[in-house]
Formats: sequence, C-alpha cells, structure tokens
Amino acid sequence: MLDKVWPLRFWKLGYWQQWFRVVNSANNVAILNPRQIYIIPTRWGLLYAIMLIGLLIGSINYSLSLGYYVTFLLASLGNIAMLHTWRNLVHLQVAVLNSKPVFASESVAINLKISESKNRPRYVIGAYFNQQSEVIHDINANDALTVEIPLATQKRGWQSLPRLTVYTEFPLSLLHAWVVIENPFQFLVYPKPSDSSNPNNLSADAITQGSSMVTKGDDDFNGHKNYQVGDSPSRIDWKASSRGIGMYTKLYSGAEVHTLWLDWADTSGSTESRISQLTRLVMDAHATQQIYGLRLPNNEIAANNSEEHYHQVLTDLALFK
Amino acid sequence: MNQLLNFQLLKWLLVSLAAVLATHTPNLPVWVIIASIGFGTWRFLMDKYRWPFPKIWLLLPITLLICVGIVFTFKGFFGRDASLSLLMVMCSLKLLETKNIRDYMLVIVMAYFLVGNLFLFSQTITTFGLSIPPLLLLTATLIHISYKNADKPKPIIFYLKLAGQLLLQAVPVMLILFVLFPRIPGPLWGLPQDANSGMSGLGDSLQFGNISNLTKNSAIAFRVQFKGAAPEQSQLYWRGPVLWHQEDRSWTMSSNKIGLQTESLKVFGKRIQYTMTLEPHNRLWMLMLDMPTLIPHDANLTHDYSMIAEKPIRTRLRYDATSFSSYQLGVNLGERERLLNLQINEGENPRTVQLAKSWQGLSAPDKINTALQRFRQLPFVYTLKPPILGNNPVDDFLFNTKRGFCEHYATSFVYLMRAAGVPARIITGYQGGEYNPNGSYYIVRQSDAHAWAEVWLANKGWLRIDPTAAVSPERIENGINDSLDETDELPLMARADYPWLKKAYLNWDSVNNSWNQWILGYDDKKQLDFLKKLSGKNMSLQEMLMWMIGIIALILGLTAYFLIRKQKAKLNPAQRLYAQYLKLLKRAGLTPRNGETTSDFATRASKNLPNQKTQILDIAQRYNVITYSQSPNPELLQDLAQCIKQLNIPKQS
Repeated sequence: MLDKVWPLRFWKLGYWQQWFRVVNSANNVAILNPRQIYIIPTRWGLLYAIMLIGLLIGSINYSLSLGYYVTFLLASLGNIAMLHTWRNLVHLQVAVLNSKPVFASESVAINLKISESKNRPRYVIGAYFNQQSEVIHDINANDALTVEIPLATQKRGWQSLPRLTVYTEFPLSLLHAWVVIENPFQFLVYPKPSDSSNPNNLSADAITQGSSMVTKGDDDFNGHKNYQVGDSPSRIDWKASSRGIGMYTKLYSGAEVHTLWLDWADTSGSTESRISQLTRLVMDAHATQQIYGLRLPNNEIAANNSEEHYHQVLTDLALFK
Repeated sequence: MNQLLNFQLLKWLLVSLAAVLATHTPNLPVWVIIASIGFGTWRFLMDKYRWPFPKIWLLLPITLLICVGIVFTFKGFFGRDASLSLLMVMCSLKLLETKNIRDYMLVIVMAYFLVGNLFLFSQTITTFGLSIPPLLLLTATLIHISYKNADKPKPIIFYLKLAGQLLLQAVPVMLILFVLFPRIPGPLWGLPQDANSGMSGLGDSLQFGNISNLTKNSAIAFRVQFKGAAPEQSQLYWRGPVLWHQEDRSWTMSSNKIGLQTESLKVFGKRIQYTMTLEPHNRLWMLMLDMPTLIPHDANLTHDYSMIAEKPIRTRLRYDATSFSSYQLGVNLGERERLLNLQINEGENPRTVQLAKSWQGLSAPDKINTALQRFRQLPFVYTLKPPILGNNPVDDFLFNTKRGFCEHYATSFVYLMRAAGVPARIITGYQGGEYNPNGSYYIVRQSDAHAWAEVWLANKGWLRIDPTAAVSPERIENGINDSLDETDELPLMARADYPWLKKAYLNWDSVNNSWNQWILGYDDKKQLDFLKKLSGKNMSLQEMLMWMIGIIALILGLTAYFLIRKQKAKLNPAQRLYAQYLKLLKRAGLTPRNGETTSDFATRASKNLPNQKTQILDIAQRYNVITYSQSPNPELLQDLAQCIKQLNIPKQS
C-alpha cells in the first residue's frame, strides 16, 4: 500500500535494494569484496550519535576539555566500530549448495556454505532472503559453515534465487553492514496440490474407464510389497505372515493389479487447477504405493511406483506449460 | 528484535552501571545513591527469583516520588546537580522495565552520557583515570548485547579484550579530534547557578574569620612563572580587592559608581614580567603583583589598582603581566578620597579612638610607627584560632584578647590610623608562594591568603604597611607554615613536616600543572597558538577542518588495512623450525606440493640433494615425531634445530 504513495516508497529499504551494487557469484561462489559492503547506522547508532551531540554541546557550553575527550573518544569508537563491523563481513565467501524440492507455497530450505579464509573468527553473521526468516551464526577462523535459509515459494517450476542479504551488526550493534548477493542457482518447485478432500473431478469411473488393465498373464508373480490397508485379502501372502516376518501383499504383473493412469483429459478447470489436481492424485497414489502413470497433452510417463518415478512425475507437472 | 535477554547479560549491565554510579558518588546526594543501588538490586533479584516485572501502578508513584525528591533537594529540576541526580536515578529506575534489547541499548547510551557528565564536577587526572573503567565496561556490555548467540556464551575476557581493543584503536582519531576540532569558546548560553559552586577564593568584603577560614584550604589559587629572576619572598604581595568602607564588622570595596579618579602611578627600577595561571574562583578579580603596569586585554584596572575581569572567572585563566616593586602611588589625594579613607563608624570602639586621639601631636609616620611598635611590644599572638570578639571588636582585640590573624591586624591597624587622622585602607590578596623546582614556577594556595594595609602620606602617596609583619615577621619571610604554632589547623601541604611527602607532592603538582596548561587549558586561543607553532602560520577554520578530515581518513584507512590483513597463524616452536627448513630448501628450488606429506617431500628433496640426504630425512623424521607423538621428548626440539643448522644449502646466485 505504502509503496503506491510516491514519497513513501523511498522509506522502505526494499526500494533502494534495486540500486545496490550486487555481489555476483562466479562459479557459484560470491566473495564479499570490501567495496560491495554497505553500512549504515542502526537506530541505536542514531541514538548514540544524538547522545554524542549532547555531550559535544555540553563540552562547548561548559568549556570542558575532558568533556571533549569523552565525546571524541566515543565518536572515534563509533568510527572504529564501523571498521570492525565491515571487517566482520569482508572477504567471506558464500556459495549455494543445494535445496530439496518442495511444493509451491511451502518454504524451501536453501543450503548455503559460508567460508572464512582470513584466519579470524566472524561473529553473528546473519543471512536472509526476506527479513522474516533470518539465520544468525558464528563462523570459526578458516572454517566453513553450512546454513539452511528458508525461502517462501509461490509458483511451480524452476525458480531463480532471489537476492540474498548477508549482514552483521557485531561488535557494537551501532552499525548495520550488509551485502546483496546474486547467485544464478535455480531450484525446482513442484505444483501446489489441490485440496485432498475434493478429488471429485476424478471419479472412480474415470479411473477404470481411462485406465486399461494391463493383462500380461495371470500367474506372473512379480514380487512382494508391504501390506497396506486396502489391499485385497486374497493377495496377502499369508504364508509369509504366518512365519512372523510381517504382512506382505503379493504382486502379480498383469493380474488384477491396477495401473492407475492419471490423465490430463480427466481433469477440468484451468491449467493450474488441472495440474494441482493431478499433483494431488500423484501424491495420493504414491502414498498408497499404487502403480501409476501420467498422461499430459504433450507427454506420457510410463507407469511405475518407485521414488524416482514419483519425482519424475512431479517434475514434469512442475514444468508443464 | 524483541528477544528477552539472558541473566549473564543483565549482570554485565548492572556491573557497568555500578561502575558509573561509583565514579559519581561525590556528586550525588545520598538518597539518590541508595535509590540507584536499590533499583539495581531489585532488578537483579527479579531475574534471580523470577519475580514479575513491576506494574505501571507501582512505577508511576516511584517516579513521582523521585521527582518530588529532586525538587526538594535541589529546589528545582534544572542545573547541573539536579540534572545529574535525575538522570542517574531515572537510569537505574529504567532497569526495572528493561526486558529487551531496546531497553538495554537505551540504558547503555544514557550511561555513556553519565560518564561524560563526570567532568562537569572535576577535571583532574584522577577523574580522567576514573572515567576509563566505566567506559570499558559499558563497551564490553554493548558487545555482549551485540553477541546474540546466547547458546554459545563467550568467557568474560572475550568481551573485555574486544572492548579494550576497540577503545585503544579509537585513541588516535580521538587525539586528532582533540587537537584539530575547532574549539568554540563557551558558554553557548547562560550556565546554571550551581555550575561553578565549590570554587573558593577571596571574597569582596572582609570580616573577621574570612581569611583564616580560607587559610585552611590547600586548594591552589594560582601559579606564577617569572620571566627572569623572581622577587624576594617578602615582596610577593599579590594584590586583590582594595577595601575602603567599614560597615559594622565588615569592610567592603568602594563602589565604582562614585567615579573616583584613577590614582597616579610612578614606577622605578627593574620590571618584573610573569605569567599567571589563575584557578577559577567565580569572581571578578585577577591577582597581580604590587604594582601592575601592564595588564591583559580583557581586564580593567580600578582606580585603586586592583585588576577586574569583564566576567566572573569560571575557567582557568592564563595571562601575562608586568609589575614593578618600587613605585609611588597616588601622591595627590583628592578631598573625597581623603574623607573616604578616614571614615569610621561613630561611637564604636571608644578605647581605640581614645588611644588614637592621644597621638595627636605626632606626625603621620610617627603615628604609624607607634601603632606598629604597640603590636611588637605588647604580647600579640599570630594565631589561626582567635577568640570571638565582643561588641567593640577592635577594642576587644587591641586591649583584651591580643590574639588574631592577619585580618585582625590589618583591620585594627587601619581603624587606628583612620581614628588618628591618617588615611588608610585594607588590601586583600595573597602573600608569598611556594617554589616548585620541577617546572620552576610558584604555587600560591588559598592558604596564602592575606590582608594588609596601605596608608597615605603627603608627598609619598600610598605606602604598604603590613601589621602582621610586626607581629610575626616569619609569616612574610617564610610563608604561613613557619609562622604558626598550631600547624594541625593548616592543610597538610602548607605544613613543613614530612619533607619527602612534600617533595612527592611538588612532583605531582608539576604534572598537574602541565595537565592544566595543555589538556584542560587547550581552548580556542591555545589551539590557534599551538597550530601556528606547528604549521608556521595562522590556520583558518577551513584549513583546520581539512587537516582534521584528511588525517582522520588516513588513520582510518591504515586501521582498516591492518584490520583486514590476513592474520598470520601462530606457529609452535617445531613449526617455526620447520618453516626455516622449508625456506632453506626453497633456495634449491624445492617446495612441497599440494598435499605432499613431510616424509614424501623429504624423500623427493633428498633425491635432488643427495649430499644432504641424511639431514633432510632426519629433519622430517624428527618433525613428524614432535608433531604426532603424544608426549614428545623435549630434547627432540633441540635436536631438530641442530639438524637444520647442519643443513648446508648454498644460496643460488
């Protein structure tokens, strides 16, 4: 809202962010060079400055030589604090390691590696993509630290990393030094699944209708899988269970095993809503360990129930255009 | 930002505030100190026993009570003492609601300000020293607050060391600012009445007891440095206010409104040039040696030759002056002056008046001699503890008690002279001084305060007569410590016993004198003088600022360079020796490859340098043993050094 009012938009640091000199990451590593570090007083710094002005006026008014001494010593302390705050940040190296895929609107954890190579410990280094979720750490001398920085997601697909801010206020909290880092790293966001309570769009009919039962021969025993609620009692390997090694369901390829075909054509609504519905179905199918395949208008993924298959399907959904 | 802060941090804050409070104890009323300690303790117990924070209905009455207390104690909110007490007690009251980082920062910034206020009360070297521990502790606390990883607490020394480093690194820029920051002559506005309380010095009137009270004060009145030889001790009469009027028991100055003419002055002999450094006394007079001829620009000479500043002297004042010890003052006495100098209250002191009348036939000089003779021959005693005098004080003193201090002798002598028809007046000031060989200057203390008389004789003008000299010539010759029997009454420093203590004191005073001259006296004038000496020309404000900014930028640049330089890892003795060995091998073009172990490198090196093979392999083996064994034999280190010494690799040309 405030951004709309012309003079007020300058109030937010975010507005100025676009003009800042940015540290680019070469080969994924961003080195915080002295010239790319910004520093401004914090509100405590401003309070401190006001206090110093008070001391200065007092010293002038009462002609106090030692009043000048305290004023100048503390002013100089502020200056030195500036150097130390800057020094606490300078020459750190920030690399993006990896991230785990998440569903849109979940928070993704970006793994960063912050390395120190100047043989001095760094204290209270903070990092954030947006101020709500910051992480603060110490880094030992000549050491590297892996930190997880949360980042909110909204859209599916490959997302580029927003600008990362690394900052510090150590040692006196009077000054805030920060750098803005850009890294070409991209992370994958799966589509947001639709509400699980509402899978009406995809009726059981549609499943049987649209899916075909692969019949390759009735007695083709294909292996076991862990028993799950809902598996047909006739398929339970009772012999195995009587040996006390657990409940298994026998799998027969071709037999009565349903291969679930999740088809674009069976969904309705906008593209995004269709993708959401399919994502929900994929998640449910994966959770119940069914064998499922995916049919998209331009793509078909063969049925399977492995973990890789699950991620492949979700990736395809995430990248669908 | 609103995180609650831990107990350790609270303890830091309380300790640093306690340090600030401790340095301020002489400047605060007792109840403020007790209240501040109370609030601090309350806050401490609150955290220790998990008491709840006090509610607003409790804090509000406390605040009001404090305000009432301040108004009651100081008769108002304003002024130096009241503001300090208010700030101090409010700062400790604020502790009761310090929960988060915001409150902590507020308290710390207030405490820094309180440290600065210390110098409103005293600017001695000791106070300067006292200001350092609170600054260090406050800075350490600030670092502690900034160190937000409470789960990984650091040892106390970590915070103190870093605070010390920061403050030390701040010193160079502080010095530059101190020297080059343009000094603006204060005050910017009127000072509160109490800003200069506690200054002592001569009053503008004389009553019995005034000067003997001042004599108990060892505070320094002024210091004098003579250019050339100093006059005799008995000639060191420092002229202050001249008193003309007798009103009951007190003598006062003549009003300058009555427009008396400046007395004529003729001087003879050698000029005495000297520099005075006058301590502030919150009054107008500037003291000068009898009789001044050349006076500073911003001073005025009264008609009776005392020097008056334009405004009360509230800062240490340094001035050059010239005087002559042989002079003739006011040869022609006007009728008005004559009458004023004969004035005594009618009907008082009848015995004295009667005595003076009995001298009617004598000439004026004979009257003076008779009076002085009386002091010499009768059993008059020079004492700091004179008895209290009755309704006719001069009568009582001259005929009964006969015990008195310089003001008794001066006033009764002048009274006698006036009664006998000889114009006379009282001069107050200081007499004598103590020579400090370290720095070769004289120290004149409040305990050297003195009163004497001037009488007017036809064709001769005003003559200085010191009746005290008639009673106790030692006072004038040797100073006050030789002339009194009851030295207990005198301040330690004015006494003659404990010579080693006195010597130590004189050394300390010369340090203090330099401190006063150079640190405390560094004002706008001195700054310009100093910079002129330094640069050889008058420096303008712009130049001053340019130099200041330039030098500060240079210092900060250098500091920054040293701060971000890669710090060398500290090597243990074995590593140092090994580095030596690597340096030697480098001459032969051999350096360890990435990831190459000590022994691998040694094998490779010994292949290249077959004649050094045994030494190289020995070195590698010993180094490995020292580095990797649990408890290496300490002799092994010497052994390693020996091997490296034996290594013979010629320098490559």
